[in-house]
Amino acid sequence: MFELLGIPPQVLLGQLLIGLINGSFYAVLSLGLAVIFGLLNIINFAHGAQYMMGAFVAWMLLNYGGIGYWPALLLAPVIVGIIGIALERVLIARLYKLDHLYGLLLTFGLALIIQGLFRNYYGVSGLPYQIPSALQGGQNLGFMFLPNYRGWVIVASVIVCFGTWFMIEKTRLGANLRAATENPELVGAFGINVPRMITLTYGFGVALAAFAGVLAAPIYSVNPNMGADLIIVVFAVVVIGGMGSIMGSILTGFGLGVIEGLTRVFYPEGSAVVIFVIMAIVLMIKPEGLFGKSA
Amino acid sequence: MTDAQANTAQHDTAKQGKALLQVNGLEGWYGESHVLHGMDFHVNDGEVVTLLGRNGAGKTTTIKAIMGLLHKRRGSVMVDGKETISLQARHIARLGVAICPEERGIFSSLSVEENMNLPPKLAEGGLSLERIYDLFPNLKERRRSQGTKLSGGEQQMLAIARILRTGSKFLLLDEPTEGLAPVIVQQIGRTIAALKQEGFTIVLVEQNFRFAASVADRHYVVEQGKIVDMIENEALDANIDKLHAYLGV
Repeated sequence: MFELLGIPPQVLLGQLLIGLINGSFYAVLSLGLAVIFGLLNIINFAHGAQYMMGAFVAWMLLNYGGIGYWPALLLAPVIVGIIGIALERVLIARLYKLDHLYGLLLTFGLALIIQGLFRNYYGVSGLPYQIPSALQGGQNLGFMFLPNYRGWVIVASVIVCFGTWFMIEKTRLGANLRAATENPELVGAFGINVPRMITLTYGFGVALAAFAGVLAAPIYSVNPNMGADLIIVVFAVVVIGGMGSIMGSILTGFGLGVIEGLTRVFYPEGSAVVIFVIMAIVLMIKPEGLFGKSA
Repeated sequence: MTDAQANTAQHDTAKQGKALLQVNGLEGWYGESHVLHGMDFHVNDGEVVTLLGRNGAGKTTTIKAIMGLLHKRRGSVMVDGKETISLQARHIARLGVAICPEERGIFSSLSVEENMNLPPKLAEGGLSLERIYDLFPNLKERRRSQGTKLSGGEQQMLAIARILRTGSKFLLLDEPTEGLAPVIVQQIGRTIAALKQEGFTIVLVEQNFRFAASVADRHYVVEQGKIVDMIENEALDANIDKLHAYLGV
């Protein structure tokens, strides 16, 4: 087969695949952040902790309740989403009249508390979570070996991302959401219950994070710190894509995952920073983000 | 227009006396600044009433206060016999009150059709989409366009049209003719006359006093956050000098 700049295709495609998988997580997480930021104007710093909670709830469902991966894929986001709704009602809702910065500080504090609690009870060594039996093994594609579960992560992320995009951009419910993002007061004056919409939107954004957490559980070990490292990269993704843009966050998520993967092939030393370098360049050239509307 | 006015005059006499909106001692604030200083007025069921006054007199603020869009307000606003001063906007809307704001409030992330369908149906008897497209044929042609890609006149029509679907019979229209070409002003005038015939109650904020005279039953004059005078439309000619003095034209 072909060789590119002396790189064997197995290596190239392997890294491309890893890039796509990372990109799947970037996309689902940055999508949740974008949805929340759009309507609530709050930068949800607890997003990484909520992703971690998704993985932990899946682990708990299995180890304490005997509930397997497939039900957990639905149950864990619902459970974590409900916890998110409670947080929004009790704490975050008090901050809407204040500067964005307070929402960021509150959710950052919540993230530290949540991560601290889990560290206290489960330690930092990480807990194993089995790949579901239906997705064990892999496919030999001729040029490389594709583990089934990794393929599933990509497919599931694409479905969830585009399902969310469709719901927001193409349905009646989504139209209400877009309108409330633009002018919540007027939408309220039409008789629509905007505070409830805000609460449910936060719950949905948190559920997306938890969904990503369940997807991640069998790949990365279930660990209280798993979200803290990832979320920093995801914030860079959101900044590059443009805050509040739905399609922008999806495409940027997948795209940057791939770029990161390719960097690992051609210049491995740069792979850890490439996203931040791109962020710096984007901020200099187009501060509102690649898909953002200028403020 | 004269035919329509004769019809609506009859319609008025039939419904006279029942105040759909009763405002007493209404005070309102924008942040720290005290804008409304005790407004007193009423609007009868089926009436078209204008608020006239100079820029900054408090007309728009009054509309916003009635709709519940002012964060700080005091006094009494009764809608159909129900006190609304402490209600949130969405609960006031559900009493059958609908607003067409001064800045029109067309959503740029929504298509014309989505803008049209945004306000939920709150009561029976709203206009059907066919009827609305009859009144505003341009909107039908452009229903797939982005809301803010419409011309100013079309956006104004959309802002009025979308609240006609909801079944609300009490409309607050804030300067619907502002900055529009005469032919469009006429079309909006015909629409208001048609709505009046169907029994809608309308509070109209207007700078264009000739337009106001062509559609309204009564005019309230607003000055420095207070109602300072009320003029019946029939008595307008007799009071024209006084009105000019109020408006400074």
